[in-house]
Amino acid sequence: MGKARISRRRFLKVMGAGAVAGSTLSILSCQPNTSAQSGGDAGGDGGGNNRLNFYNWSDYVAESTIPNFEEKTGAKVTQDTYASNEELLAKLQAGGTGYDVIVPSDYMVTVMTKSDVIQPLDFSKIPNFDNIGRNFKGLSYDPENKWSVPYQWGTTGILYNKKEIGPIENWDTMFDQQYSGQIAMINDVRETLGAALMRQGYSINSTDPDKLEAAKQDLIKQKPLLRGYFDSTEISPLVANGDILLGHVFSGEGILTAIENEGLDYVIPKPGATRWTDNMCIPRGARNVDLAHDFINYILAKKPAAALTNYTYYGTPNEAALPLIDQELKQVPEWDPSDEVFDRLQIIEDVGEATRAYERTFTEVKSS
Amino acid sequence: MREGKGKGWSLGLAGLLGPAALWLGIFFLVPLALILAYSFGTSGIYGGITLGFNPGNYLKVFDPLYLEITLRTLVIATLNTLICLALGYPLAYFIALRGGRWKNALLILVMVPFWTSLLIRAYAWVVILSGNGLANRALQFLGITDGPISLIFTPQAVLMGMVYSYLPFMILPLYATLEKFDVSLKEAAKDLGASRWHTFWRVTFPLSMPGVIAGSILVFIPSAGEFVIPNLLGGSQTVLLGNLIQQQFLNARDWAFGSALAMMLAVMLIGAIMFYVRRIGTDKLGGI
Repeated sequence: MGKARISRRRFLKVMGAGAVAGSTLSILSCQPNTSAQSGGDAGGDGGGNNRLNFYNWSDYVAESTIPNFEEKTGAKVTQDTYASNEELLAKLQAGGTGYDVIVPSDYMVTVMTKSDVIQPLDFSKIPNFDNIGRNFKGLSYDPENKWSVPYQWGTTGILYNKKEIGPIENWDTMFDQQYSGQIAMINDVRETLGAALMRQGYSINSTDPDKLEAAKQDLIKQKPLLRGYFDSTEISPLVANGDILLGHVFSGEGILTAIENEGLDYVIPKPGATRWTDNMCIPRGARNVDLAHDFINYILAKKPAAALTNYTYYGTPNEAALPLIDQELKQVPEWDPSDEVFDRLQIIEDVGEATRAYERTFTEVKSS
Repeated sequence: MREGKGKGWSLGLAGLLGPAALWLGIFFLVPLALILAYSFGTSGIYGGITLGFNPGNYLKVFDPLYLEITLRTLVIATLNTLICLALGYPLAYFIALRGGRWKNALLILVMVPFWTSLLIRAYAWVVILSGNGLANRALQFLGITDGPISLIFTPQAVLMGMVYSYLPFMILPLYATLEKFDVSLKEAAKDLGASRWHTFWRVTFPLSMPGVIAGSILVFIPSAGEFVIPNLLGGSQTVLLGNLIQQQFLNARDWAFGSALAMMLAVMLIGAIMFYVRRIGTDKLGGI
């Protein structure tokens, strides 16, 4: 575990030196993986019984996660990575991917159930589901816990240079003229439009045209102050470098960067912030459904679950894993928000038909 | 006798053209037909598509927001083509006519960037141009600026990135044409009393027109569909048609509208090329 963290720190340091090169590596690392995957596809049908194709976000497993599972089961795991829920959905809808386990976020679980690209799980094969905490069962996107099992969770907040600008509490600072050119937002419709909606006290899932319009006007005003819209993995190094002062990032990135760099802090802004949960699901057409259940059950065991969090710095939905979490991480209040903070977090839900209105609004903002 | 000969000829032709025709048929025409079919379909709320006849997707193209993005795309692609031509022509001319024994070495230097993936090169630009990057440090060291200035994540940076990426596509066809240029024509023009300027515009340039046309097309088409550079070097703040199409397929889950946009782009490009080749191409070529 310790080893995993050191190498990740070194990784981020190098990234810091290389400015936004953060995702360069993920792009690099995903290419050989992809070719390995397709190579496996070509010849792998015969011995398919012991092979698991895992499709996950990049840099989202501990170093021990896959080797330990392979050792335990004798299976061979191939991991491919993606950078957005939408990319994952498009791949599955195009069909014939052969993936056995995928990790969509909350609202995407809804979309995937409705568009029938995932299959119900057999919970009799996932006894470790008992380890999952109450707060992570029966959530709106899977109220009966039929389709998904939580993997990791986190918030989306602000990583900022506390030394330069002092403590901040809410979204307003991200819209402050004073920090013109020193701000970056996530290049994601729901997160960025959501931040503007929540700043006004609205729901992150609002479909009211007036509220969307208000959020749009705010973002149009904010745009000249921005360095740009980027992936969260690109934003953290910009803040760590001193290139910008305020960055909209996911909690794992934010907390890790704040621990690594003096003077930086990660805050869950008022009056509301996103609480997201990534979940393991099994796509329709998975080649190895039994092994997929084994894998999901393995991730939910306390040791692998703790290893994940000790590597990613994201939250764990796994109560049994809590005693094994690094002390350093447990001390960060944003990692384990108080009830008061937890209550103001909002979960992104699929907005159905309004998805296109959201998308058009964000395009309007970006081309203003 | 005659018939037999004709048949053999066509068999040989089929053998030569067949593989390429098959390849293009499967990997170009079939996908294109799919996109055309999709563009008249109706997208499901959760993605996927129902085929049918729904011209609504094409009507949506005329939304002022999307027209503005289209116009911006055409302006940037045109500027990119003109800048590549202005930079590439003198270089190709020099290599072809003055390169001497360095010709091959110089050509290889033009192609060196292709040895690395475009993504890596774009990220290299991000590192060089960022606030604490090499460019800003050099400017400050030389006393030209006081603090870091914004060199990246602007429309200008997008244009610069495109010129950088597409310049070789302009240089290579220009070189191929200029290399075959008969220098004695220049001497003849000089003997007949033409100035250097005149010789260039009346003799050299018109004769290099096939290269100019080929280079312009090779640069203009991909830059009109570009979506990686605006994201990486533009900080996603400059939305081009390529980005819009990508967003429709992914975020908006609207494959039908994305396909309609893609068809519109294709039609626009074909139209622009036909206009260009007819007007400029034949005028200049015919005017020799």
